[in-house]
Amino acid sequence: MLLIPCPICGIRPEAEFTYAGEAHIARPAEPASLDDHAWGEFLYARTNPKGDHAERWRHTHGCGRFFNAVRNTHTDRFITSYLAGTARPHGTPSAASPDAPAMRNDTEQWGQA
Amino acid sequence: MPDTLTPDRLQPRDALPILFELPYDARPLVVPGRLLLHPAPDLARLVLRGDASALGVAFSLELPTQPCRAVEANGRSALWLGPDEWLLLASPGTLVPTVSVPGAAVVDAGHRQVGLILEGPSAPDVLAAGCPLDLHPTAFPVGMCTRTVFGKAEIVLWRQDNARFHVEVWRSFAAYVHGLLERAAPL
Ligand SMILES: [Zn+2]
Repeated sequence: MLLIPCPICGIRPEAEFTYAGEAHIARPAEPASLDDHAWGEFLYARTNPKGDHAERWRHTHGCGRFFNAVRNTHTDRFITSYLAGTARPHGTPSAASPDAPAMRNDTEQWGQA
Repeated sequence: MPDTLTPDRLQPRDALPILFELPYDARPLVVPGRLLLHPAPDLARLVLRGDASALGVAFSLELPTQPCRAVEANGRSALWLGPDEWLLLASPGTLVPTVSVPGAAVVDAGHRQVGLILEGPSAPDVLAAGCPLDLHPTAFPVGMCTRTVFGKAEIVLWRQDNARFHVEVWRSFAAYVHGLLERAAPL
């Protein structure tokens, strides 16, 4: 089973989580001022990278909180995770890099579950 | 704080007797020397959301702020469920706040869920049949509590002692969880 690092609870099994799509997509402040194309871009256009992807998760059957994580969609490895509402950490590889670095979500970084 | 949280309100035994019937065969399951599975005593349960210190004052208990930890004091237990969320357990009729807490939510969940107790050296293994967490004492020490899953049901798991777990489960899932625990019990 995939192990996912919750920034609050630590490393936990995949079965406790719900995926919630790409992270850092801001809802337009004035939706009525957008044309159909721009609104459609907001609703549907996603980066869909083969590589590192910043995405939202919810620890549904745990602390219940949404958070963000960077996961490599090619290797399925989690690079890091961070609290919802905070920016993607500096130094995390961009979506352009094909391979994720070694998984860093060991207990030393995340603490005991 | 709403004035509905009185001891009378928390014990509507005469009005709703069906809520006090356990939704599964409540006879204790005994595997000598290895496992004892039995219902937890009748409990009052409140779910608290809000500021830890203000809620702690209202319920005379310092709420744990460390993730996934439970504290016990004054005959009450507070289980951390989330960064601003706790499950408070105590004897029926005793969980009445002493002062109001603006901006907090206090929800009576006393009959929403039931408690199960697993005791004995086989308890971690039996739980592992449906729970994907690492239950080794170094990963899940005494005093740790968390929401998690057991099979297809959500539970709250609390390790009260090395070989004693308290499981809270929504009552409509209780028969399923109890049945799965029975099937996992050592022969
Ligand atoms: Zn969590």
